Amino acid sequence: MREFSMSSPSVHLVASLTLRTSDKIPRVSNTITPVPRELVTKPRRSDQFFRVIVTSGGLSSLMILGLILAFLAYRGFEVFRLEGFDLITSSDWSVVEDENGSVVEQNYGLAAMLVGTALSATIGVIIGVPIAVLSALFLEFYAGRKIRNILIALIDMMAAFPSLLFGLWGFLVLMPSAEYWAKLLNKYLGWIPIFDVPAPVFTRSPFIAGVVLAIMIIPICTSISREVFSQTPLDRIQAAYALGATRQAMIRAVVIPFGRGGVIGGAMLGLGRAMGETVAVYSVLNIVYQVNWQVLFGAGGNIASMILLKIGEADREETNALMAAGLVLFLLTLIINFIANFLVNSLGKTGR
Amino acid sequence: MSKIEQVKPQMPWLPTRKEKSQKLLSFILSVAASIILLFVTGLNGKLGWVIAFFISYVSISFITEFRRAGVPAAQDSLLTSVSRFAIFLAIIPIVSILSTVISKGWRGLHWGLFTQDMSQATVNDPIQNGGMQAAILGTLLMVGLALLFTLPISILTALYLTEIRGKLAGIVRFLVQAMSGVPSIVAGLFILSSIVYPITQSFSGLMGALALSILMIPTVARTAEEVLLLIPNDLREAGLALGATQWRTVAMVVVPAVKSGLVTAIILGVARIIGETAPLILVTGGGDATNLNPVSGPMGSIPFYVWKAFLLGGSEESSQRTWAGILVLLIWVLFLFIAARLISSRTRKG
Repeated sequence: MREFSMSSPSVHLVASLTLRTSDKIPRVSNTITPVPRELVTKPRRSDQFFRVIVTSGGLSSLMILGLILAFLAYRGFEVFRLEGFDLITSSDWSVVEDENGSVVEQNYGLAAMLVGTALSATIGVIIGVPIAVLSALFLEFYAGRKIRNILIALIDMMAAFPSLLFGLWGFLVLMPSAEYWAKLLNKYLGWIPIFDVPAPVFTRSPFIAGVVLAIMIIPICTSISREVFSQTPLDRIQAAYALGATRQAMIRAVVIPFGRGGVIGGAMLGLGRAMGETVAVYSVLNIVYQVNWQVLFGAGGNIASMILLKIGEADREETNALMAAGLVLFLLTLIINFIANFLVNSLGKTGR
Repeated sequence: MSKIEQVKPQMPWLPTRKEKSQKLLSFILSVAASIILLFVTGLNGKLGWVIAFFISYVSISFITEFRRAGVPAAQDSLLTSVSRFAIFLAIIPIVSILSTVISKGWRGLHWGLFTQDMSQATVNDPIQNGGMQAAILGTLLMVGLALLFTLPISILTALYLTEIRGKLAGIVRFLVQAMSGVPSIVAGLFILSSIVYPITQSFSGLMGALALSILMIPTVARTAEEVLLLIPNDLREAGLALGATQWRTVAMVVVPAVKSGLVTAIILGVARIIGETAPLILVTGGGDATNLNPVSGPMGSIPFYVWKAFLLGGSEESSQRTWAGILVLLIWVLFLFIAARLISSRTRKG
């Protein structure tokens, strides 16, 4: 039942040795059995000091996350008490004032923006993740060494682009051509409810925001999938080839089962990134406070861009409501990130 | 004594002439088919042609491979062509973004950008009036301050994860990973709710730096942890065996050994935050005049400059301003990125 911890293996080793020697000694009634000597490692004062400082520094991330949670919850508390579950289920966000400027009625419901967040992020993942995973397969198993290095450098560089750049590019360059594709989709698939539009407004739609988000998450998904694929045990790959598998058969039988969890985790990291995106979505999406499931129609929004839109002219109460909205967004992305990291980290337990 | 015959090595895995010509033929066929597709269907434009070419190339190579070697070969060719197409699609936006920014941005560049600020000019003025001095100085100042806050915290976190390996190491590692996914606007809201509203009640550059450091800590901490893990344990044990205490070992042996790795971590962290826009819009106030005091008064920044020109503009001049600003930002990002790559590749070789 011995457990080795990373911190002090030597202590355990010595303890187990003393145990074994004491077992061998014959137990005669009038001989004194030697008592195992206890080993204590006590760090010196300077080391104790060092450990305290490093530990407190190490726990600061815990503290920062806790503080974010606490302050947003403290600010949004009034709104939570006022709205209860309506904060999530209702889609009415309005502040009615009388002539004197005092608030008569206020409603803060996030449902429309939650739908918008989920919609644009899901479109981003649906478009972006297949491209990213296939690109990762290409980089890892098809590309030659030189081309591979160049492409990896390019994709890593794209990951460093600021989101503002994606937003402006999406507005100026992507929008016209994406609008054309949206019209085409509507023409041929308009009979499916989500591709239908109530009015022929195709600019600034959730679809276009989704395409921009897809482009933004491609680098991160590609590099995570590539890392996961590159950890596939070489012996399994060679075994598959030795059995006469083609490259596609090898990938299907070995690489995909091995990397599935990691790829799903990478996709979820991308989802979390897409949900919290502010500036890029703000610049390409027409933010309208309504529940809109029709992806090609030019109205929508997400929580982050709504906060950016409203915080400039919000009064005290509404600011608190925006803090509550920020808390909802924070919790949402935190949960998704937890699951994603869990999946990426617990790699290598599956597969043939 | 028989003369040993020189045998030319056979390389059966190389494609034969017949296979090469077949590949070329299928390529030409798919180009032709894609042009026909363009005429028949409603597709048009460059991207439309790419899609048409993709469809015809995939189907033609699928059929030829199927006729040559049956179903497995056909499936293999399907995955090959689809993954080639995917990497092509992934690269298009990068090329498009770079070419757009450079072609639109260079016209707005002039020396006045670095010597003037926007206090005497609006975004729709002629491009020679006003510049980015306030924005550039503000960004430098805020990134520097953020670095000052971030560096001790993230290096201590990395040391905790690699040197102390306490009971909470797993949780801390998990939380740092989760923290890298915190939306940037939430960082801005947090500073707003915890410091700006209750304490200072005014926007300033310091608040921007604090918000940025929340976003920077996870990047720097994770990279620093990765480089610290690369240090062989022998070094640590040698230090301890010479009678050094743990903190002397860390300070004299471990940290000097990863110096260049830590520089890489810092550069990556700076590249992560230099283009952040949303938190700066919330907490800095975005001044147009040059302001070097981080504790009072609104402070400009390059992303804010770009954002303002983009939102308030509509004229030719404002669009030139926007793209010139984003070009300057992109040059910084690329410079940081290349520096990080050079340093890390040099350490890997050494």
